[in-house]
Amino acid sequence: MSDTSHGFGRVLVAVYAVFALAASARSIVQLLTKASDAPFAYSLSAVAGVIYIVATVALARSWRQLALITISVELLGVLTTGLLSVLDDSLFPDQTVWSGFGEGYGFVPLVLPLVGLWWLRRTASGADGQS
Amino acid sequence: MTESVAYGLAIAALVAAAFAGWHTLTQRPFGNPLFYVIGVLEIALIALLVGGVAALSMTSRDVDGVLFVSYLVTVVVIPPAAVLWGIAEKSRWGTGVVVVAMLTVAVLCVRLLDIWKGPHV
Repeated sequence: MSDTSHGFGRVLVAVYAVFALAASARSIVQLLTKASDAPFAYSLSAVAGVIYIVATVALARSWRQLALITISVELLGVLTTGLLSVLDDSLFPDQTVWSGFGEGYGFVPLVLPLVGLWWLRRTASGADGQS
Repeated sequence: MTESVAYGLAIAALVAAAFAGWHTLTQRPFGNPLFYVIGVLEIALIALLVGGVAALSMTSRDVDGVLFVSYLVTVVVIPPAAVLWGIAEKSRWGTGVVVVAMLTVAVLCVRLLDIWKGPHV
Protein backbone atom coordinates (compact mmCIF):
# COMPACT_ATOMS: atom_id res chain seq x y z
CA MET A 1 0.00 0.00 0.00
CA SER A 2 1.43 3.34 -0.88
CA ASP A 3 0.41 6.84 -0.17
CA THR A 4 -2.49 8.27 -2.17
CA SER A 5 -1.27 11.84 -1.78
CA HIS A 6 2.09 11.67 -3.54
CA GLY A 7 3.24 11.59 -7.11
CA PHE A 8 0.26 11.90 -9.42
CA GLY A 9 -1.92 11.80 -6.30
CA ARG A 10 -0.84 15.34 -5.56
CA VAL A 11 -2.44 16.55 -8.79
CA LEU A 12 -5.55 14.50 -8.08
CA VAL A 13 -5.90 16.01 -4.62
CA ALA A 14 -5.44 19.48 -6.16
CA VAL A 15 -8.28 18.89 -8.63
CA TYR A 16 -10.49 17.52 -5.85
CA ALA A 17 -9.70 20.57 -3.74
CA VAL A 18 -10.78 22.86 -6.58
CA PHE A 19 -14.07 21.01 -6.92
CA ALA A 20 -14.60 20.91 -3.19
CA LEU A 21 -14.28 24.67 -3.13
CA ALA A 22 -16.29 25.26 -6.30
CA ALA A 23 -19.24 23.05 -5.34
CA SER A 24 -19.49 23.99 -1.69
CA ALA A 25 -18.92 27.72 -2.15
CA ARG A 26 -21.42 27.82 -4.97
CA SER A 27 -24.07 25.98 -3.00
CA ILE A 28 -23.56 28.20 0.04
CA VAL A 29 -24.10 31.31 -2.09
CA GLN A 30 -27.11 29.73 -3.81
CA LEU A 31 -28.72 28.50 -0.59
CA LEU A 32 -28.17 31.84 1.16
CA THR A 33 -29.38 34.08 -1.64
CA LYS A 34 -32.06 32.15 -3.50
CA ALA A 35 -32.77 28.85 -1.82
CA SER A 36 -36.40 28.83 -2.91
CA ASP A 37 -35.60 29.06 -6.63
CA ALA A 38 -34.35 25.53 -6.97
CA PRO A 39 -34.12 23.89 -3.55
CA PHE A 40 -33.47 20.42 -4.93
CA ALA A 41 -30.63 21.51 -7.21
CA TYR A 42 -29.02 23.65 -4.55
CA SER A 43 -29.23 20.98 -1.86
CA LEU A 44 -27.66 18.56 -4.28
CA SER A 45 -24.86 21.04 -4.90
CA ALA A 46 -24.31 21.21 -1.15
CA VAL A 47 -24.20 17.40 -0.86
CA ALA A 48 -21.77 17.26 -3.79
CA GLY A 49 -19.63 19.87 -2.09
CA VAL A 50 -19.44 17.85 1.11
CA ILE A 51 -18.57 14.70 -0.83
CA TYR A 52 -15.75 16.50 -2.64
CA ILE A 53 -14.43 17.89 0.63
CA VAL A 54 -14.39 14.47 2.30
CA ALA A 55 -12.82 12.85 -0.78
CA THR A 56 -10.13 15.55 -0.88
CA VAL A 57 -9.20 15.01 2.76
CA ALA A 58 -9.36 11.22 2.43
CA LEU A 59 -7.02 11.24 -0.57
CA ALA A 60 -4.65 13.73 1.02
CA ARG A 61 -4.48 11.64 4.21
CA SER A 62 -4.43 8.25 2.47
CA TRP A 63 -7.61 7.14 4.17
CA ARG A 64 -8.30 4.57 1.48
CA GLN A 65 -11.59 3.21 2.68
CA LEU A 66 -13.15 6.62 3.11
CA ALA A 67 -11.74 7.71 -0.25
CA LEU A 68 -13.21 4.63 -1.91
CA ILE A 69 -16.65 5.23 -0.40
CA THR A 70 -16.80 8.94 -1.21
CA ILE A 71 -15.47 8.55 -4.74
CA SER A 72 -17.96 5.74 -5.42
CA VAL A 73 -20.79 7.90 -4.13
CA GLU A 74 -19.48 10.71 -6.29
CA LEU A 75 -19.51 8.52 -9.40
CA LEU A 76 -23.01 7.32 -8.59
CA GLY A 77 -24.08 10.91 -7.96
CA VAL A 78 -22.78 12.30 -11.21
CA LEU A 79 -24.27 9.42 -13.22
CA THR A 80 -27.68 9.59 -11.53
CA THR A 81 -27.86 13.36 -11.62
CA GLY A 82 -26.63 13.47 -15.18
CA LEU A 83 -29.26 11.01 -16.29
CA LEU A 84 -32.07 12.70 -14.35
CA SER A 85 -31.15 16.13 -15.68
CA VAL A 86 -31.23 14.83 -19.23
CA LEU A 87 -34.54 13.02 -18.74
CA ASP A 88 -36.34 15.71 -16.77
CA ASP A 89 -35.17 19.29 -17.16
CA SER A 90 -37.64 20.67 -14.65
CA LEU A 91 -35.87 18.92 -11.76
CA PHE A 92 -32.89 21.17 -12.28
CA PRO A 93 -33.97 24.70 -13.10
CA ASP A 94 -30.50 25.85 -12.15
CA GLN A 95 -27.16 24.19 -12.78
CA THR A 96 -25.40 21.93 -10.31
CA VAL A 97 -21.91 20.49 -10.64
CA TRP A 98 -23.39 17.19 -11.65
CA SER A 99 -26.23 18.10 -14.00
CA GLY A 100 -25.70 17.09 -17.61
CA PHE A 101 -22.91 14.80 -16.39
CA GLY A 102 -20.93 17.87 -15.34
CA GLU A 103 -21.10 19.63 -18.70
CA GLY A 104 -20.93 23.04 -17.03
CA TYR A 105 -17.52 22.04 -15.75
CA GLY A 106 -16.08 20.56 -18.91
CA PHE A 107 -17.23 17.04 -17.92
CA VAL A 108 -14.45 16.95 -15.35
CA PRO A 109 -16.95 15.79 -12.67
CA LEU A 110 -17.64 12.70 -14.79
CA VAL A 111 -13.99 11.85 -15.41
CA LEU A 112 -12.70 12.70 -11.94
CA PRO A 113 -14.23 9.78 -9.99
CA LEU A 114 -13.01 7.32 -12.64
CA VAL A 115 -9.49 8.69 -12.32
CA GLY A 116 -9.86 8.61 -8.54
CA LEU A 117 -10.89 4.94 -8.52
CA TRP A 118 -8.08 4.08 -10.93
CA TRP A 119 -5.61 5.85 -8.66
CA LEU A 120 -6.83 4.02 -5.56
CA ARG A 121 -6.42 0.70 -7.36
CA ARG A 122 -3.03 1.57 -8.66
CA THR A 123 -1.63 2.71 -5.34
CA ALA A 124 -3.15 -0.32 -3.60
CA SER A 125 -1.07 -2.75 -5.64
CA GLY A 126 2.12 -1.36 -4.17
CA ALA A 127 3.21 0.55 -7.25
CA ASP A 128 4.49 3.78 -5.86
CA GLY A 129 3.26 6.03 -8.66
CA GLN A 130 6.07 8.44 -8.03
CA SER A 131 7.10 8.94 -11.60
CA MET B 1 -13.68 44.71 -15.58
CA THR B 2 -13.53 44.54 -19.34
CA GLU B 3 -13.29 41.72 -21.79
CA SER B 4 -9.69 42.51 -22.67
CA VAL B 5 -8.69 42.38 -18.99
CA ALA B 6 -10.51 39.11 -18.31
CA TYR B 7 -9.41 37.36 -21.48
CA GLY B 8 -5.90 38.80 -21.24
CA LEU B 9 -5.48 37.37 -17.76
CA ALA B 10 -7.09 34.07 -18.76
CA ILE B 11 -4.64 33.76 -21.65
CA ALA B 12 -1.72 34.66 -19.38
CA ALA B 13 -2.85 31.93 -16.98
CA LEU B 14 -3.09 29.46 -19.88
CA VAL B 15 0.45 30.37 -20.94
CA ALA B 16 1.62 29.76 -17.37
CA ALA B 17 -0.29 26.44 -17.40
CA ALA B 18 1.44 25.42 -20.64
CA PHE B 19 4.83 26.40 -19.24
CA ALA B 20 4.19 24.41 -16.07
CA GLY B 21 2.87 21.50 -18.16
CA TRP B 22 6.10 21.50 -20.12
CA HIS B 23 7.95 21.15 -16.83
CA THR B 24 5.70 18.24 -15.88
CA LEU B 25 6.15 16.41 -19.18
CA THR B 26 9.90 16.86 -19.34
CA GLN B 27 10.27 16.14 -15.62
CA ARG B 28 11.97 19.44 -14.95
CA PRO B 29 12.05 20.61 -11.36
CA PHE B 30 10.23 23.72 -10.30
CA GLY B 31 12.70 26.46 -11.27
CA ASN B 32 13.11 30.20 -11.19
CA PRO B 33 11.64 30.99 -14.65
CA LEU B 34 8.37 29.27 -13.72
CA PHE B 35 8.40 31.03 -10.39
CA TYR B 36 8.77 34.42 -12.10
CA VAL B 37 5.99 33.70 -14.58
CA ILE B 38 3.64 32.83 -11.73
CA GLY B 39 4.91 35.85 -9.80
CA VAL B 40 4.08 38.24 -12.63
CA LEU B 41 0.65 36.66 -13.02
CA GLU B 42 0.07 36.93 -9.28
CA ILE B 43 0.89 40.66 -9.32
CA ALA B 44 -1.57 41.11 -12.19
CA LEU B 45 -4.21 39.18 -10.23
CA ILE B 46 -3.67 41.35 -7.15
CA ALA B 47 -4.08 44.41 -9.40
CA LEU B 48 -7.29 42.80 -10.67
CA LEU B 49 -8.53 42.40 -7.10
CA VAL B 50 -7.82 46.05 -6.29
CA GLY B 51 -9.15 47.30 -9.62
CA GLY B 52 -12.16 45.02 -9.44
CA VAL B 53 -13.18 46.19 -5.98
CA ALA B 54 -12.72 49.81 -7.07
CA ALA B 55 -14.78 49.26 -10.21
CA LEU B 56 -17.46 47.49 -8.20
CA SER B 57 -17.80 50.45 -5.86
CA MET B 58 -18.28 52.83 -8.78
CA THR B 59 -20.38 50.87 -11.19
CA SER B 60 -24.11 51.19 -11.54
CA ARG B 61 -24.33 47.69 -12.98
CA ASP B 62 -26.34 44.98 -11.31
CA VAL B 63 -23.34 42.96 -10.17
CA ASP B 64 -23.54 40.30 -7.49
CA GLY B 65 -20.91 41.96 -5.30
CA VAL B 66 -20.31 39.16 -2.79
CA LEU B 67 -19.85 36.61 -5.54
CA PHE B 68 -17.64 38.94 -7.55
CA VAL B 69 -15.29 39.77 -4.68
CA SER B 70 -15.11 36.13 -3.54
CA TYR B 71 -13.97 35.15 -7.04
CA LEU B 72 -11.41 37.97 -7.04
CA VAL B 73 -10.00 36.80 -3.72
CA THR B 74 -9.98 33.16 -4.83
CA VAL B 75 -7.89 33.86 -7.96
CA VAL B 76 -5.36 35.74 -5.82
CA VAL B 77 -5.09 32.90 -3.28
CA ILE B 78 -4.76 30.01 -5.75
CA PRO B 79 -1.27 30.65 -7.26
CA PRO B 80 0.68 30.96 -3.98
CA ALA B 81 -1.18 27.97 -2.56
CA ALA B 82 -0.32 25.90 -5.64
CA VAL B 83 3.34 26.94 -5.54
CA LEU B 84 3.71 26.09 -1.86
CA TRP B 85 1.99 22.77 -2.28
CA GLY B 86 3.70 21.99 -5.58
CA ILE B 87 7.20 22.62 -4.25
CA ALA B 88 6.56 20.18 -1.43
CA GLU B 89 6.11 17.40 -4.01
CA LYS B 90 9.48 16.30 -5.29
CA SER B 91 8.33 14.21 -8.25
CA ARG B 92 7.36 15.63 -11.65
CA TRP B 93 3.81 16.04 -10.44
CA GLY B 94 4.73 19.03 -8.29
CA THR B 95 4.48 21.23 -11.36
CA GLY B 96 1.33 19.29 -12.33
CA VAL B 97 -0.35 20.93 -9.36
CA VAL B 98 0.63 24.29 -10.85
CA VAL B 99 -0.97 23.29 -14.18
CA VAL B 100 -4.26 22.55 -12.40
CA ALA B 101 -4.04 25.85 -10.51
CA MET B 102 -3.34 27.93 -13.62
CA LEU B 103 -6.18 26.31 -15.55
CA THR B 104 -8.46 27.06 -12.61
CA VAL B 105 -7.35 30.71 -12.60
CA ALA B 106 -8.08 30.94 -16.34
CA VAL B 107 -11.59 29.55 -15.86
CA LEU B 108 -12.26 31.84 -12.90
CA CYS B 109 -11.16 34.91 -14.91
CA VAL B 110 -13.71 34.10 -17.60
CA ARG B 111 -16.37 33.44 -14.94
CA LEU B 112 -15.53 36.80 -13.36
CA LEU B 113 -16.43 38.47 -16.63
CA ASP B 114 -19.80 36.68 -16.65
CA ILE B 115 -20.50 37.84 -13.11
CA TRP B 116 -19.48 41.37 -13.99
CA LYS B 117 -21.70 41.43 -17.06
CA GLY B 118 -24.88 40.69 -15.21
CA PRO B 119 -26.99 38.44 -13.05
CA HIS B 120 -25.30 35.10 -13.34
CA VAL B 121 -27.10 32.03 -14.50
